[in-house]
Amino acid sequence: MNNKEKQAFDQIKTLLDSQSLGVLSTQKNDQPYASLVAFAATANLEQILFLTPNTTRKYDNLTNNAKVALLINNSLNQAADIYTAVAVTATGIAATVDGLEKQTLLELYLKKHPHLQVFSTAPSTALIRVTVDRYFMVSRFQNVIEVQVTS
Amino acid sequence: MTPILGIDSFIETGKNQVGGKAFCLARIHDQGVDVPETFCIPCRVYESYIAETCLEDKIRLEMNRKPFKQMRWEEIWDISLRIRNLFLTTPIPHITRKTLAELLQRHFNERSVAIRSSAPGEDDESTSFAGLHASYLNVIGADEILKHVKLVWASLYSDAALLYRKELGLDIHTSKMAVVLQELIPSDRSGVFFGINPSDATESVLESVYGLNQGLVDGDIEPDRWILQRSSGKILSHIEPVRNHYTIPDKKGVAFAPLPQASRQKPPLNDQEVHQIWKMGNKVEALFNRPQDMEWTFYKDRFIMLQTRPITSSGFKEADDKRTWYLSLHRSYENLKGLYDKIETHLIPEMISQTKLMGQVHLQGLSNPQLHQEITKRQAIYDHWVKVYWADFIPFAHGIRLFGQIYNDAVKPQDPYEFMALLENTGLKSVQRNNRLEALADMIRNDTDLKDSLESVIIPDLDHPFKVLLDNFILEFGDLSCSTGYGNECQYGDTGIIRLLLEFAKSPPRKRQASGPDIQTLQDCFLKSFPEEKYAFALDVLHLGRESYRLRDDDNIHLGRIETRLVEAVQEGQSRLADPDANPDGLAMLAALPALSLVSDTIPVSVEPSVLEKASTLWLKARQVVGHPAGPGIASGTARLINTPQDLMDFKQGDVLICPGVDPNMTFVIPLAAAVVEERGGMLIHGAIIAREYGLPCITGATDIMRLIEPGDHVIVDGYLGIITCKTREL
Repeated sequence: MNNKEKQAFDQIKTLLDSQSLGVLSTQKNDQPYASLVAFAATANLEQILFLTPNTTRKYDNLTNNAKVALLINNSLNQAADIYTAVAVTATGIAATVDGLEKQTLLELYLKKHPHLQVFSTAPSTALIRVTVDRYFMVSRFQNVIEVQVTS
Repeated sequence: MTPILGIDSFIETGKNQVGGKAFCLARIHDQGVDVPETFCIPCRVYESYIAETCLEDKIRLEMNRKPFKQMRWEEIWDISLRIRNLFLTTPIPHITRKTLAELLQRHFNERSVAIRSSAPGEDDESTSFAGLHASYLNVIGADEILKHVKLVWASLYSDAALLYRKELGLDIHTSKMAVVLQELIPSDRSGVFFGINPSDATESVLESVYGLNQGLVDGDIEPDRWILQRSSGKILSHIEPVRNHYTIPDKKGVAFAPLPQASRQKPPLNDQEVHQIWKMGNKVEALFNRPQDMEWTFYKDRFIMLQTRPITSSGFKEADDKRTWYLSLHRSYENLKGLYDKIETHLIPEMISQTKLMGQVHLQGLSNPQLHQEITKRQAIYDHWVKVYWADFIPFAHGIRLFGQIYNDAVKPQDPYEFMALLENTGLKSVQRNNRLEALADMIRNDTDLKDSLESVIIPDLDHPFKVLLDNFILEFGDLSCSTGYGNECQYGDTGIIRLLLEFAKSPPRKRQASGPDIQTLQDCFLKSFPEEKYAFALDVLHLGRESYRLRDDDNIHLGRIETRLVEAVQEGQSRLADPDANPDGLAMLAALPALSLVSDTIPVSVEPSVLEKASTLWLKARQVVGHPAGPGIASGTARLINTPQDLMDFKQGDVLICPGVDPNMTFVIPLAAAVVEERGGMLIHGAIIAREYGLPCITGATDIMRLIEPGDHVIVDGYLGIITCKTREL
């Protein structure tokens, strides 16, 4: 990783670590849909995790079409946001996590969102992992870079 | 709460609201020093104006297009120009305006007013903003006063003030401005007094002129100058200038007038008055506990203090950096007119004549010692003209800014760059050169045999019309492959230009398209904004702007030709040094020449992308890069990154020219380009000027673009918004 790449990686990681919620974008039958989710990212940024009841529209959508996008930003609903806010869109493939892997990833997730412990144990709650293909980071209004995290 | 305060309430209101200048005036007034009738519009009026009109958010957006630290001074000028126009086109909210107008009418009626900046922090012990913010003299009537109050507010964002705050690390976003309004004293004599001479702490300095102070402060009128012993006020020396002009109030603003004969022979102050001012300086210094920089005036022998500020240790006079030079680029109209005459009638003809003389020397016929002498001579000529370039040519380019400011003040256009349309198509040398290239390309288009032989790298005979024209071109403009801003490489000769011409010939000639609205309409609109008696001035300023625009490009072409002559001589020397059969007499002398021994170091090595720390395609890719919109339009094409002269010679029709900075000697490829993108910022830079001439989309100040874009990337250049979009893999 060269300096520029490291700088971009660190900027994205800082944003993801600082934010609890992101907007998940799914679609079914050509109809896009957006949902607010509490997320956590792995240290290498290759995976983003969130919990969802399996009765929700987003769950239905992503099991039908696994291609998703997740928007995370630090805007403060002020005029200055336009040049101070950073927004990151992650695109990737969503899948339910089961088996042995679930315990490890859930621990990581609950470290960030300990208050969701009870929610996570419900039989109807699914742990979703988004395997990220690319991040798109927008800063200072219109500067955009793309970062690919999986080869 | 009243939006206009009288001087008696300044101290109670506090420096934070009335600003440094008003506060100092109130303190000396309190001590019985005579000052003009003075009022102040406090900072809170400025603050509510920018908040209520949302100007605050627009300013912040301008200031944050890119990190301030990354901005070049030319970009800061542009920001300043745009912000100034925002103030000009944003009215003061109705109720505030009505109250202000009523109070102004009551206080001043139809009297002439001097309007001065008074920012908090301005003129305090550690920071002096002397000369950075605006002042206006002889403004009459509420409407005009309010217009100029807005300009004083806008000067909080003058390029000089922004640069200074950047240097001092002051927070630009929390800056605010109060405005001092004073009755204009119709001065008989005026001047400045420095309690301590910046170059000798045992001395004080006094300067004085007849009439108003403006000509002295702007550096247009040479003052009488006294050096005084700081401790006793004893006159150590008095330097008398040639006194022929003075500044007087005009119908609007001020003007220069011939000085009456009697005054020409007599200094504006007698010894007694000099001593009186020195004593006043001591009094004020004692009050503020620091040596002062005072502006004062005499009206009917009554001494009146106009303003006073402490002399700071961080003042510009002591700054040993380029900032002082940047600030010296602010030239008055009079100063620029003088500079124009010098450039047009002396400097450029001299450059042309020296280039011609050098071209007449047959380098191959010189002995080694003679060649040594010739290279040394050419190096000295080139070095001389580089100095002239910085001392005279660059400052003259600011005629464009001066015209822009006068145009914007008069017309108040929504687009702060509307004035540029009036400057285009002035017959730039680079456009003339490109037209000659087009003529050569046209010969290729119309002659298949010629095209075939050129494609087979067969150069036509010396008497072939194409070869004659080509040789004439090279004689006049030099070998394009060696004057590209990269120094001293001319490795292509005819073949480089021919490759380029074959590329030109592939498509029909590009017609230059002037951008923007009808020029005659704009010109009429500009002239009509002046009263009839000012038409001549308006036309003069327009002429100055046009000439400044033209010479901004042309002077580089002339300098490029001189550089080419130097390079030719250096190359002759290099080839002799590399030739084992060369005559050994004087060869050692040649080898010792710095131009020859350093030549390999001065050519930038073609850097491989990997060495440039390129972003790998897998990991990081720019999708959008934001710069400053500098030429309207949208175009797309293959990114051609210019790192070496060869990149220019390989330029193809429809490529997007991307480079750190466009040198006028590189702009021969512009007719082939789809768009121009420069890392360097600013509307006055060559890339922007030539792109506008050809109606091409142009973006400047695209930070890091050379690292973020790969050669061959498909890019879209949005010259309206200043956004470069790089085509990346589909989702």
